[in-house]
Amino acid sequence: MNQNSDKMMDIKNIVLRFGGVVAIQNISFDIFKGEIRAIIGPNGAGKSSMLNVINGFYHPQEGEVWFRGQKRKSMKPYQIAHQGIARTFQNIALFKGMTALDNIMTGRFTHMKKSIFSQMIWEGGASKEEYENREVVEKVIDFLEIQHIRKTPVGALPYGLQKRVELGRALAAEPELLLLDEPMAGMNVEEKEDMSRYILDVNNEFGTTVALIEHDMGVVMDISDRVVVMDYGKKIGDGTPDEVRNNQSVIDAYLGVSEH
Amino acid sequence: MTENLNTLPAILERNSIKFGEKPAFREKEFGIWQSWNWREVHEHVNNMSLGLINLGIKEGEHICIIGRNRPHLYWSIIAAQNVGAIPTPLYQDSVAQEMIFPISHCSAKMAIVENQEQVDKLLEIKKDITSLKNIIYLDPRGLRNYKNNNLYSLNDVFTLKNIENVSKLQTELKNRQSKQNLDTKSILLYTSGTTGRSKGVVLSNRNVIESGKAGIVFDNINSDFSLICYLPMAWVGDFAFSMGLGLQSGMCICCPESSETLHDDMREIGPSYFFGPPRFFESLLTSVNLKIDDASSVKRKLFDYFMSIAKENGEKILENKSVGLVNRIKYFFGELFIYGPLKNRMGLTKTKVGYTAGEAIGPEIFQFFRSLGINLKQLYGQTEACVFVTCQPDRQVHPETVGVPVSGVELKISKTGEVLYRSPGSFVEYFKDPANTKKTKDKEGWVSTGDAGFIDQETGHLKIIDRAKDVGKLKQGSLFAPKYVENKLKFYPNILEAVLFGSGKEYCVAMINIDLTAVGNWAEKNNISYASYQELAGHPEVYKMVAEHIREVNSSLSKDQNLSNCQIRRFLVLHKELDPDDGEITRTRKVRRNLVSDKYSDLIKALYDGSKEIYTETEVTYEDGRKGKISASVKIQELKETFEKAEVA
Repeated sequence: MNQNSDKMMDIKNIVLRFGGVVAIQNISFDIFKGEIRAIIGPNGAGKSSMLNVINGFYHPQEGEVWFRGQKRKSMKPYQIAHQGIARTFQNIALFKGMTALDNIMTGRFTHMKKSIFSQMIWEGGASKEEYENREVVEKVIDFLEIQHIRKTPVGALPYGLQKRVELGRALAAEPELLLLDEPMAGMNVEEKEDMSRYILDVNNEFGTTVALIEHDMGVVMDISDRVVVMDYGKKIGDGTPDEVRNNQSVIDAYLGVSEH
Repeated sequence: MTENLNTLPAILERNSIKFGEKPAFREKEFGIWQSWNWREVHEHVNNMSLGLINLGIKEGEHICIIGRNRPHLYWSIIAAQNVGAIPTPLYQDSVAQEMIFPISHCSAKMAIVENQEQVDKLLEIKKDITSLKNIIYLDPRGLRNYKNNNLYSLNDVFTLKNIENVSKLQTELKNRQSKQNLDTKSILLYTSGTTGRSKGVVLSNRNVIESGKAGIVFDNINSDFSLICYLPMAWVGDFAFSMGLGLQSGMCICCPESSETLHDDMREIGPSYFFGPPRFFESLLTSVNLKIDDASSVKRKLFDYFMSIAKENGEKILENKSVGLVNRIKYFFGELFIYGPLKNRMGLTKTKVGYTAGEAIGPEIFQFFRSLGINLKQLYGQTEACVFVTCQPDRQVHPETVGVPVSGVELKISKTGEVLYRSPGSFVEYFKDPANTKKTKDKEGWVSTGDAGFIDQETGHLKIIDRAKDVGKLKQGSLFAPKYVENKLKFYPNILEAVLFGSGKEYCVAMINIDLTAVGNWAEKNNISYASYQELAGHPEVYKMVAEHIREVNSSLSKDQNLSNCQIRRFLVLHKELDPDDGEITRTRKVRRNLVSDKYSDLIKALYDGSKEIYTETEVTYEDGRKGKISASVKIQELKETFEKAEVA
């Protein structure tokens, strides 16, 4: 693999501080195009901060983020969305009163070019645009097998399905890079397996690059191509699941030091 | 033309000429109803047939079809028949291990499956099913990276991708079609097998076509009808209704988007021909009642008032009997405010003919739907008969009977009280099982149903009592008819399943399965918190409620001379739902009595030895075939006091 040309994102020497707290200490890693890259670590290791740096929400005090061969400048949220990065959140951030369908439609926001007036009077191509976007959304709904909750207000859905709708909204944006913040938190075994299947399928079918944060070691090891391990804001391991599994400092820090 | 309509593919060809642009199949996909007209379907099936020949399918070979109801899979059935192969649909929710038997039993050469899930299952058991050469899948999702030479996309097969010798294939197809007649095999269906191994029922073209015709004539079905198919494709009913009846009448065959969206899809389609097992109507009624309970008091009162009007007059109006003008006006307003909207919500507005079968339906449930003006009827059928044995004719519906024989069917009752029939629809044989064929079908063509029944003198309709072999005797010699009592219990929405024991014993005991939807809702209303099915099932309040239901059943049994000793003295609420994955019930949801009594022998022992509670461990099978164990302390409740009182009365 020619690593330079295949690099989707290169993160170099990131330092992120909140006042006196150093959340991320000098971390570097990269994300290849088309891979599933996981970031794992114990609670408070700085995983979510890292994800926020990746998607441009946090601006690190030191270091550089290179995305598709360009050095990232500080951006506004809509600029971030326009560059082809979509994400889900650890604590579901959906519009609870809106239906699953409408929520997923909001993921198409960046693809809607018509003016508000055109959309109001349903003329000047607004309806055509709506149909096209709806088609994409319906494909996402079909993909995630949530046809039965299309018209259900999201607030009334069980947790596992809300997570799926949120993934749907991210997918509707047709991102190149999909960021998932603990996609399997709080799920039972079956829901976790379903979600793993969807993540693999997204990667497989659409070639979407996936970066995910996860707590559940088993799942991460099964589905990701490469894993970054963080502890107390530092990177303590990086490599394939097997390499990480056999890395002594990872075993000590994350899986615990055995007593004998 | 008409004289050659011996096979379903021939009928499809006729439809493409006769109905041409009329919609033949509909499927909701991407939120929109996609539709195919008869001409297009004929073309697709023709191409699929060429593709199948190209893949080396020979006449007389079996092709397994596995998936939920989708137009392309129905077309695969017709295409398989078209090339002289025998389609064999299997239950798509079977775990991989369950599929080994039918696939290897019929030595299927090919499987046409819906998606990755089914492909994975087949690849998992591949070493046990050596006959299987090719797998064709419909939905390519997730299969992109499968490296397997014998895996094909259905889309490639019927778009004739990479095929050059089309004309040669066409000649071969013509040649094969010409060899088919009424007596060649049409389909192989594996019964769900309530006792022991499932059997492969071979149906000929004659069976399928004649029984379909009988069904069409019985209810005057025409090409303007529509039907929604949602029941397992491996079940004879789905095949007989969707294919046998559907193709011959030329009605529009609609497939829902997914099993969860059935109710919404049904509402959009408004099928004019509808079949549902009693369970379907039960759950529909339960959901209506739950909604009404949550409605405002004005709506509730309106509902109660008009339902009482409907109860009194609805069935009479449906059956064209005389009803006073005042009541007719009341019913008219009821239709306007309550019945119409309710039928619309349930998707039954346009239903001209509705059937239920498979089990006894609760008279109250049955009457509820009929009183709304829905022409719901019962039929009695079997896989071996290609469904149709008896049906209730319009305006002659008695809830406790199953109607009169459809045209061509002869009925008789054997000396032992078993129902026998002879019809053009009765099956050819059990596949590779001459001994059982001989046992079931005698030389003159009479087929034993295994059901005990009699012809009701008053109405001339057939009445079914119970499975003949389940009927037994209690220790003191009185009649034991488990199904009869179980049905009485199951008529309560809270009780999903009940299994009665008592043959050869002093008294009867029961194991109960609660209905999680109904009881869960009840628990919510009564502030009863629970974390799992198991916890809810063991809740003292649930026991109290179930005990109350059983008391009512006991008291009604005590009035029955023959069955008064079938009253239930002790019962327990089972800690897990009976599940087809565990083999406890069949895929068509019929209890496998022997297996249940073996598996739960410790519980049954406890039911008889007077213990108040028993600790048990049960093996469960998960959806993907893995096994696990659940353990529970199951309480046993005694109903002695009522039992004795009832006995005196």
